[in-house]
Amino acid sequence: MANFYTDNEDIKFHLNNPKMKIIVDLKERNYKITENEYHDSDGLSPDDLKPHNYEDALDNYSEVLGIVGEICGDIIDPNAESVDEEGPTLVDNRVHYAKGTDENMLALKQAKLTGMTLPRKYGGLNFPATAYNMAVEMVSRGDASLMNLFGLQDIAETINAFADEEVKKNFLPRFASGEATGAMILTEPDAGSDLQAVNLKAHLDEATNTWKLNGVKRFITNGNAELSLVLARSEDGTKDGRGLSMFLYDRDDTVQIRRIENKMGIHGSPTCEMVFKDAPCILIGKRKFGLIKYVMALMNGARLGIGAQSVGIAEAAYREALKYAKERAQFGKTIDQFPGVYEMLTDMKVKVAASRTLLYETARFVDMYKVYEEIEEERKLTLEEKQEMKKYKKRAGFYTPLLKGLTSEYCNSIAYDAIQIHGGTGFMKDFPVERLYRDARITSIYEGTTQLQVLAAIRGVTSCLFTEMMEEYQSAKVAPDLEYLVKHLKEMKNEYVEAIKLVEAPEDNEFLDFHSRRLVEMAGNIIMGHLLVLDADRDSKFKTIAEVYIKKGQPENTEKFNKIKTIDRDDLGMYKALSV
Amino acid sequence: MAFKIIVLAKQVPDTRNVGNDAMKADGTVNRSALPAIFNPDDLNALEQALQIKEKNPGSEIIILTMGPPRAADIIRESLYRNADKGYLITDRRFAGADTLATSYVISKAIEKIGKYDIILSGRQAIDGDTAQVGPQTAEKLNIPQITYAEEITSITKDKITVKRRLERGVEEVECTLPVLLTVHGSAKACRPKNAKLFMKYKHAKTPTELQTLDDDYLGQEIKNKAFLNIEEISLDDLDCDLVKIGLAGSPTKVKTIQNVVHTAKDSMKLEDNDDDIKSLMGELINNHTLG
Repeated sequence: MANFYTDNEDIKFHLNNPKMKIIVDLKERNYKITENEYHDSDGLSPDDLKPHNYEDALDNYSEVLGIVGEICGDIIDPNAESVDEEGPTLVDNRVHYAKGTDENMLALKQAKLTGMTLPRKYGGLNFPATAYNMAVEMVSRGDASLMNLFGLQDIAETINAFADEEVKKNFLPRFASGEATGAMILTEPDAGSDLQAVNLKAHLDEATNTWKLNGVKRFITNGNAELSLVLARSEDGTKDGRGLSMFLYDRDDTVQIRRIENKMGIHGSPTCEMVFKDAPCILIGKRKFGLIKYVMALMNGARLGIGAQSVGIAEAAYREALKYAKERAQFGKTIDQFPGVYEMLTDMKVKVAASRTLLYETARFVDMYKVYEEIEEERKLTLEEKQEMKKYKKRAGFYTPLLKGLTSEYCNSIAYDAIQIHGGTGFMKDFPVERLYRDARITSIYEGTTQLQVLAAIRGVTSCLFTEMMEEYQSAKVAPDLEYLVKHLKEMKNEYVEAIKLVEAPEDNEFLDFHSRRLVEMAGNIIMGHLLVLDADRDSKFKTIAEVYIKKGQPENTEKFNKIKTIDRDDLGMYKALSV
Repeated sequence: MAFKIIVLAKQVPDTRNVGNDAMKADGTVNRSALPAIFNPDDLNALEQALQIKEKNPGSEIIILTMGPPRAADIIRESLYRNADKGYLITDRRFAGADTLATSYVISKAIEKIGKYDIILSGRQAIDGDTAQVGPQTAEKLNIPQITYAEEITSITKDKITVKRRLERGVEEVECTLPVLLTVHGSAKACRPKNAKLFMKYKHAKTPTELQTLDDDYLGQEIKNKAFLNIEEISLDDLDCDLVKIGLAGSPTKVKTIQNVVHTAKDSMKLEDNDDDIKSLMGELINNHTLG
């Protein structure tokens, strides 16, 4: 009878962030039923489901997250061990999930949680990304591998954002009802981080006026999905990203699943190698916009999801470590009383809180611009609204890679420490931490490695966007007893500005890239420090957390600053020389 | 074939999470210290009903519960899981009922609700653990009953086949309709609440709850939407013999309640050898623990 929502007050704390009000008011068009809403595929009228004010909407989110929490605690978490052991199997070109995965998916489907962010008219719940990612966090805490099936709702959302109405009407209800799962089919043997190299061919079959796909894709999460988005080269003779388009593929027998990978972690999620042979598909949006527009949108949603997955795994690992440390006695006392252990436990707790606050700040930015994009489809936005949309789109573009890069690394270090606290026992397969450690490892790799996230975030952390965020955070009014923390953060910011100057001075991009991870981590410490102070202002229980985080972050930043000062541009030569 | 299904459900104190304050000094249950939940076996019964409905479109599930006004939660929770309608039997005059008086009132309410094909209930409630209300209701309605049901293997217009979970195995039985089934806790667990149905029904209220509702907007909504109204059944709605209800109709009297604490009296240490095991076996046979 566990409930992952009610046993973790921090999720509700973030749901109740006052900044949610404007998002929800917009998302529900001020709680008036618009002409765009009609009966959904379950026959429910818009009037049955529409909240009548902000409190009602928030109550819906909270209670529905309670349902998610119950499913996580009662079904998903208890199944995680057997799912990890059993994994999916490939028989006659069909992928069969582990028994536990099937049970989990059925429960989520019965609870109508498979189209959380889709509009109601397509059968969805019309929830903001913030609430949806709270569900993703809890699911990941129960079973990280299930997130790869549950957390693929961005695929439906991408179709919703870019496909025409007919495609949406035909396909979105299948996602929302849980009848179809999704896959994003991007990677190829020679196109991983560099998707411009994608080579899968798409050609328009003149006779049937249908697009057909031919080629090989690899490392495809849930490649067996009923509905997939495929990135393919539609423009013959092109070599770069401008020749790629996005297609919707409805699974039939023209695609062969050659094998499923034998992975280190997230065993429940099938990773497929697929061969397309004249597979019929539908063009989504405009030709040539596949990579530059649609995949970027898709990936940003997915990266936010990995942020949530990282927080979920980290939460699970922290809880396991804390529980073990409180029970395990050595030298006549439980090990949580030894400084070496309680320092680790506190660090873990603080990192989880920092990751979570960054996660939901980012999710709110995403919600803000997306809701304006939705409204823009219904009517012309005012100049002010347009500016808001642009502002939050930029912020989301900055924070998403920052979140994905930093929280996935935190998640890994928390899982590492959780094993450490278990000692030899943690190295055995007897406790869940061993699985969590393996599952955590992928978070800093897929949907773009940390090294790539850092490069995506560096433009943000060295631009006026960072300054804009600093001004906003620094000017926020906080309780007098928190002001000294803001003072520390201001010092950190000044030091950080000095570091940027040093790195930018030679006007050498390679030098900037070389130090980019240090800079992004420094910026991350300052941003998460501010967010924790703001959290502490709303709830005093975060005060100590903010204090510990900033007290640790400040010397960390100074150390990075010193490194930047020490390793100058000419030193890069040594690094290159030794790496061969 | 569409079936009309009545599910009997009870709101119970969550006796699985008992703390030190679970019992009052006089030995009665301290209900305020325990959260009120949907009786677990009744959820298994509801799942069976939902499966029948899934396989037989057009079937209707009516949830029937008896208790204080707050037991309306049970009906809402069932609506969130796709039950169609609910009735709350509530009246101060029913208070203090034992299983006999309870099953009497329930059977009267079922007669009032009208024709039905199947009645499902949990095998037993976790507060009283009597397992009597289901069977007694069947007797009073004069219909056959199948207890300890674990799975409905088939159901047609006039025949149902049911697997029963017994102490030493499984038994498959066949019966005519209408029938009452009490469902065992080993039956398939109930599905989760449906998020959409939650949003649709969360404001559903009983007339009693409406009296204390301080929200004009909601009040109007509930007036406009029939599905947001949960019906109550009181003594006045039923044709009951007054001596058969409430405390008066309850022959069960609690004499005393003892707080039993299990403690191990003595223990024996065995070595891993044939002699020790042989002597233990002899002892167990002699004191009739075995054989």
